[in-house]
Amino acid sequence: MSEKLKVEGREHLLAQLQDEQENAGYISEQFIKQTAESLGISISEVYGVATFYHLLSTQPQGRNVILVCKCIPCYFKGSDSVIETIHEKLGIAPGETTQDGKFSLQLTNCIGACDQAPAILLNHDLHCNLTPVKIAQILEACQ
Amino acid sequence: MPEKRIVLKNCEIIDPRDVNTSLEQDGFKALNQALGMPPEAVIAEVKASGLRGRGGAGFPCGLKWEIARKSLSVEKYLICNADEGEVGTFKDRYILQNDPFTLIEAMAIAAHAINAKQAYIYLRAEYHYLLAGLAEAINQVKAKGFLQHLDITIREGAGAYICGEESALMDSIEGKRGEARFKPPFPPNKGLWGKPTIINNVETLMNIPAILLNGAGWFNQIGTDKSKGTKVFSVSGDVDRPGVCEFVMGSRLEEIIVDWAHARDIKMVQVGGATGGIIPASMIKTPLAFETILGSGAVTALDKSRDTLDFVSRTVEFLAEESCGKCTPCREGTEVMLEILGRLARGEGQKEDIQTLEELSNVMSLSSLCGLGQAASIPVLDTLKYFRNEYETRINQSVFLRSLRGQRWQ
Repeated sequence: MSEKLKVEGREHLLAQLQDEQENAGYISEQFIKQTAESLGISISEVYGVATFYHLLSTQPQGRNVILVCKCIPCYFKGSDSVIETIHEKLGIAPGETTQDGKFSLQLTNCIGACDQAPAILLNHDLHCNLTPVKIAQILEACQ
Repeated sequence: MPEKRIVLKNCEIIDPRDVNTSLEQDGFKALNQALGMPPEAVIAEVKASGLRGRGGAGFPCGLKWEIARKSLSVEKYLICNADEGEVGTFKDRYILQNDPFTLIEAMAIAAHAINAKQAYIYLRAEYHYLLAGLAEAINQVKAKGFLQHLDITIREGAGAYICGEESALMDSIEGKRGEARFKPPFPPNKGLWGKPTIINNVETLMNIPAILLNGAGWFNQIGTDKSKGTKVFSVSGDVDRPGVCEFVMGSRLEEIIVDWAHARDIKMVQVGGATGGIIPASMIKTPLAFETILGSGAVTALDKSRDTLDFVSRTVEFLAEESCGKCTPCREGTEVMLEILGRLARGEGQKEDIQTLEELSNVMSLSSLCGLGQAASIPVLDTLKYFRNEYETRINQSVFLRSLRGQRWQ
């Protein structure tokens, strides 16, 4: 294989990991090994990329992933109470997944919705200006 | 001074889902003009305008283009940096949502100027919900025949603040961990896959069509000596009216935060995101420009109810989490800083903590590989400068309380 081809194959690593995250909900050890083999790079290199980015996960996630922004503008507008409300409704703390596998709760850094704080991303969708009532409705819609 | 819209002139005027509404507002007129000019003339115009990068660093845009243009490589790349991760910054989101067409036009002009056939828009993963609209906008522009010389591909990030740093961004496009590279070489000489690459922020590019249509002389008249044109600000925090606004460079912080956003009881304002400087209420008339303070244009207000140490420790927590880990001063420095600030915020401070923070700040700003580590200490040093008494009082109280409990150390 020429050097050029190797470089081009390598380029697709992040995209492949993103696809797997999207389809399987996480990146398994098995997938890391397969990808390393198919791209002709080391397992540690693939693992290094998989664990570098916040939105890639090497642990199984719930079917709905809630990302709560915890940066200053959202924190000032009550991100703590958003976390508290979700905890009350679903019984999970940040980093946890509900037993039925429906929801995972994660904290995240600035998602660029500071003008509509507090905000969350739920499966890529932005929900902002959150109140306990609004959060309940959003979670309800996922059931 | 009221708002002045150059970058945002089409926002909330055109329909971002219909390229025809952009054409009605002179969309793609500048591109047609540019395609009829020699690339060197386009670059000369941008150089003469004095336009500087809006992502935070303020590098002269035309100079960057010229270096890439002169580079002998056949393959060259253009990247639009839409990895807007700076805390409190959401202007690029607003632009992408409201006027993707001017951005695409500007990219087509830039590609013509440096002779790039391939361009990327690096969109942060948190903005995934903008991807379909942006892709549709590119398709519409293509269908109108405006992109015959250029292929624009959207690349999505996967959640990493550091990928807004240009060299980390390129590593991410190459499918790697987004870690900052050693510089030189700089991207216009050796960038993506080792080829000359121009990386421009969304807002920087948005200025290009207006500069070509109205001329460098027009643009050059707006702003201050060293900062030409306008700046788009993202206003958040303790204000009644958070949002995006555009003011002439050199406008006073007060005009934005008080007159426009209606902030009250201001204690301090952070300008430029997590690594941005702190302006205390007493300096609210500070003009915002590259020669004073600007960064990404994030303006976050803190009112008098806010605890300085809580604010600073949360800010440094963000930086510690987002450090890419490649260089030691940043990776370890942000962690140690966070440990000290966390202790101070919890009321467990020690007498030498302030001195340690200052020494650490010096080491980090001198020896870190990229802007993250170099600037991580700015909020710490600035609050130490303006709110030192809060640090000292908290430490003295902690030491006193420990002495009551019979803990004699410190």
